[in-house]
Amino acid sequence: MAFIARRLVGVVPVILGVSIVIFLLIQLAPGDTATALLGPQATEASKEELRRALGLDKALPIQYGVWLGHALTGDFGRSIATQIPVFDLVLPRLVNTLILTFASLLLAVIIGYAIGLFAALRSNSIFDRLAMSVALLAGSAPPFWLGLVLVLLFAIHLRWLPVSGMQDLAGDGGFVDLLLHLILPAITTALGPAAIITRIVRSSLVEALQRPHVRVARAKGLPRAELLQRHVILNALPSIVTITGLQLGYLLGGALLTEVVFAWPGLGSLLYDSINARDLPVIQATTLLIALAFVLANIIVDVINAGLDPRLREA
Amino acid sequence: MTPDAEIALAVSDLRTRFGGDRSGATVVDGVSFSLKRGRTTALVGESGSGKSATALSLLRLIDAPGRIIGGEIRLGGENLLSLDETEMEAVRGAKIGMIFQDPLTSLNPALTIGKQIAEVLLAHKDVSRAEAEARAVELLTHVGVANAALRVNDYPHHFSGGMRQRVLIAMAISCSPQIIIADEPTTALDVTIQAKILRLLHDLQQEMRASLLLITHDLGVVAAMADEVLVMYAGRIVERADVDTLFHAPQHPYTKALLACVTDIGGDRSVPLEPILGTAPDLKQQQVGCRFAPRCPAVQDFCRREDPCLMALSDRQEVACLVVQRERNLMAPADA
Ligand SMILES: Nc1ncnc2c1ncn2[C@@H]1O[C@H](COP(=O)(O)OP(=O)(O)OP(=O)(O)O)[C@@H](O)[C@H]1O
Ligand SMILES: [Mg+2]
Repeated sequence: MAFIARRLVGVVPVILGVSIVIFLLIQLAPGDTATALLGPQATEASKEELRRALGLDKALPIQYGVWLGHALTGDFGRSIATQIPVFDLVLPRLVNTLILTFASLLLAVIIGYAIGLFAALRSNSIFDRLAMSVALLAGSAPPFWLGLVLVLLFAIHLRWLPVSGMQDLAGDGGFVDLLLHLILPAITTALGPAAIITRIVRSSLVEALQRPHVRVARAKGLPRAELLQRHVILNALPSIVTITGLQLGYLLGGALLTEVVFAWPGLGSLLYDSINARDLPVIQATTLLIALAFVLANIIVDVINAGLDPRLREA
Repeated sequence: MTPDAEIALAVSDLRTRFGGDRSGATVVDGVSFSLKRGRTTALVGESGSGKSATALSLLRLIDAPGRIIGGEIRLGGENLLSLDETEMEAVRGAKIGMIFQDPLTSLNPALTIGKQIAEVLLAHKDVSRAEAEARAVELLTHVGVANAALRVNDYPHHFSGGMRQRVLIAMAISCSPQIIIADEPTTALDVTIQAKILRLLHDLQQEMRASLLLITHDLGVVAAMADEVLVMYAGRIVERADVDTLFHAPQHPYTKALLACVTDIGGDRSVPLEPILGTAPDLKQQQVGCRFAPRCPAVQDFCRREDPCLMALSDRQEVACLVVQRERNLMAPADA
C-alpha cells in the first residue's frame, strides 16, 4: 500500500508538467482562435471582444492558473463549437475509448501470451520460426493501412461485420451489437502490440528457461506444468508485464487513430474533430485526459510488478 | 566383487553427447561404476573431463540437443534410461537428490525458501500443504539454519551463499533419497564455510545411510570424505580404487600426475604443485588409442594404437592403462 501511495505522489509533478506542456503547445500552434471562431470576415474589434470573453488576452501564466484551477474541479469550460460543457462531452467519449483500448489489450495479451509461450516451449521449431516471422511482419504493418484492408475485406467485400461506428442505428444497441462493431477496430489496434508482446514473451521465456534454478527445479522432480508455472513463467513475468504495460500506451495511442478510421465515438475522434474545429477547451481536456490515462497505465504496471518481484517491493 | 544387495546404483557403459549429432562431442564415453549403500564415492578429474555431464546423465537432465546415446543406469531393478518422462519425475528428488555447484543461482529468486522446499515434498509425498511447510521448517533446522520458522518466509536474496547451499541440501534430502549427488558443492563458497558444508553433507549421508556421489577438484576433500574414488579423464573412468589404495598405490599415470599436483599426504593437498603438461584431447575428434597418451610420461607405442579398458588389479582397484595391464599380464576381456 505504501508503495502505491508513494507512486501516486510521484505522479503529481508529472501531471503538472504534462498540463503545462499541453497548455503551451496549444498556445504555440499556428492560427488564431478568435479568427477561427468568427471567420476571416470578422472585425478586429469583435475578435478582441471574444478574446476578452475567453480570457485569451491575459498573460499566459494567469491563463494557465485559471484553466488548471477549473480543470481540477472537472470544469473544462464549454466547447467553443457546440457550447456543451466540455466535461459532459468528454466523459462518454472516454468510456468508449477505454472499451476499445481494453478490448484490444485483451486481444493482444491473449494472442501474444499464447503464441509466445508455445513458441518458447518449442524454440527453433518450424512453428516458432513461422510465428516469429509473422510477428515481425504484423508488428511493422501500419495500423491505418491495416484497418482499411480489414474494412475492405470483412465489412465491404464479405459483409460479415459493420463498417464503422459503435452501434447499428437500426439495431437494439445491445451487447452483441457492440461486440460486432468492436471486432475490426480492436483487431486493427491490437495487431501491432500483439506482435511485439509475442516476441517479448517468447524471448523472456526462452531466457528464463535457461536459468540455472530451472535445472535445480527439474532435479527436484516437479511435474512439468508446475515447473513451468513456478520456475519459468513466474520469473519471466516481470519483464512480460512491463512490456505489456508499455504496449498499453501504444494501444491507447493506436485506439485513438483507429477511432478515426472506424468512426468510433471515442476521445481520438473527438480530438480529431476538435482540432479541425480549433475547439481549444475540448482539445485541452482531451489531451490532458489521454496523458492521465498513460500515466495511470504506467502506475498499474509498476504496482503489478512490485507484487511479482519481492526485491522490487522492498526497494 | 560387491554383492548386488550393497549396490544402490549401477551405471554401465553410459554414453552422453553434447551438441548436435554431427557437430557434437561424446563427453561421457562408456562410463561404468556403481554406488554402494551408505558409502561415499568421489568423482575427480580435471575441468571438462565430463564429471558434471555424468552426474546430470544419472538424473537424465541433459538438455537437447545433447542426449544420452547409450548404456544403462540401474536403480532398484529399474533401468532409468527406459523410463518415460513422468516416471523419471518420480525418481528425481525422491530417489536421487542432487546438489549443484552454485548456490547463488540455484534457487528461484521469486519464491520463498519454504515454498521451494515444500514443493519437493508436495510433488513426491502424500502430504498437505501445511504438513509440507511444517516439514520444511524441520528440514531447515536440521541443516543448521537458525530461526527456521521465520526464515522459511524469506526469499533467497536474504541468505548468504553458505546458507543457500544449506537450503539446497535441505531440498535434496527432503524426501530421504537413498542416493545423493553433489556436484562440487563447495567450489563457489568461502573457504571457511566449505568445511562446514562438507561436514554437514557427511553427517547427513551417515545418518541417512545414503550413497553419496561427490564430485570435486579437491583431493583433500576426497581423502577426508570418500570411501571410494573414480578418476575421470576425457569422458572415461581411468581408475577406480578405494581411497587408501588410491592415495598410496595409484596406478594410472594420470592419477599419479594428479596426486603429484598436490603436496605430501599430511599437508594441504588442495594446493597444486606441478600442473600436468599439455591439454585434454578435443572430444569432437575421433580418438584412436589411449586418450591420455599424448600427455603420458610412460607412453608406449601400443598406447597410441589400442584403446584401454578398465580392468581389475585387485578387488580394491581397477585401472584402464595398457602399460600397467601388460606389466601385470592382464588380458583384455574377449568382449571389449
Ligand atoms: N551444455 C553443453 N553443451 C555443449 N558442450 C558442453 C555443455 N556442457 C558441457 N559441455 C562440454 O562437455 C565437456 C564435459 O563437461 P563437464 O561440465 O561434464 O565437465 P566437468 O568435468 O564437470 O568440468 P568442471 O570441473 O569444469 O565442472 C566439456 O568439454 C564441456 O565443454
Ligand atoms: Mg562440472
